[in-house]
Amino acid sequence: MHELSIAHSIVSQAGQAAERAGAGRVTAVRIVVGALSGVSGDALLFSYDLATEGTLLAGSRLEIRNVPVVLHCATCDRDVELPDVQLFRCPVCATPSLDVRGGRELEIEALEVEDALPPLATSEP
Amino acid sequence: MPTRIVELRQGVLNKNDQLARALRERFTREGTLVINLVSSPGTGKTLLLEQTLRRLVGAGTRAGALVGDLETDNDARRLAASGAPVRQINTHGRCHLEAEMIGQHLDAWQAGPFDVLFIENVGNLVCPSSYDLGEHHRVVLLSVTEGEDKPLKYPTIFNSADVAVITKYDLAAACEFDDAAAMASIHAVRPGMRILRTSARSAPGLDAWMAWIDERLGRVIVPAP
Repeated sequence: MHELSIAHSIVSQAGQAAERAGAGRVTAVRIVVGALSGVSGDALLFSYDLATEGTLLAGSRLEIRNVPVVLHCATCDRDVELPDVQLFRCPVCATPSLDVRGGRELEIEALEVEDALPPLATSEP
Repeated sequence: MPTRIVELRQGVLNKNDQLARALRERFTREGTLVINLVSSPGTGKTLLLEQTLRRLVGAGTRAGALVGDLETDNDARRLAASGAPVRQINTHGRCHLEAEMIGQHLDAWQAGPFDVLFIENVGNLVCPSSYDLGEHHRVVLLSVTEGEDKPLKYPTIFNSADVAVITKYDLAAACEFDDAAAMASIHAVRPGMRILRTSARSAPGLDAWMAWIDERLGRVIVPAP
């Protein structure tokens, strides 16, 4: 269960990006999780609320986009998606492949943010 | 309050990956072959390492080991009997080693240079798969007492390894271990992966493992990313 430390990394990186962008609050974080990333989406969601507590991301949603393993098949000469991660063979022609082109992703794609409130206007004398 | 989208496209483990790349460059520059051993708890990483270090030290090879465990320095003390420098890394509850821990321990450790450095990861088949430690080779261990379909249950770590070592092979018959089924599961998730079989009680398997290490000593090559 390393999802809590992954969640902390997400919170720290997203928090820095939000500050750079001048955001007041983060409402959602969109991430991509590959089938070969070694990360469980459920465990990550569970850890996320804990990791965001007391940060700019408190109360935000974690939106996970799961992506499959993509292999390059030398026989078909194209990239193919695997239906599961138990068989590293081309689903079309059954050629085994070690050439993994996708599925290891663990990436923050984007943030949804609210801007910081503008400073209160001071009345000029 | 209206919201807006901030594009990021940033790897969550970027920092670890960068540190690992720097470590691998350093190991390669120094001519140190680095091997990361991963398995479930109790598969026999420490025993294999104990025998391996003893043989390497006996042959005059400069070998060392960094050993990861949640707590205790029992494994480091056990391995140090081989005569090789060994350093324990306690993760205090963390289920895996990270590149930063490797770098910090290497810097604080008055040992080396090494021809070969082993990193014994925390016993766990899930979490260590996500963390590159700067190793040249990842070796996954599976014992005959664990079940032949384990690679299918933990495909991520088996797919990321370069060699599989089946340990406790002297117990294979007693456990009714189905070697063909184990090979099929390993090759389903990592086609063509080299499989070695070792046992604490007989030399032949260990000879093949030592030969595998020997072939890589002195020609430390960074694998293509």
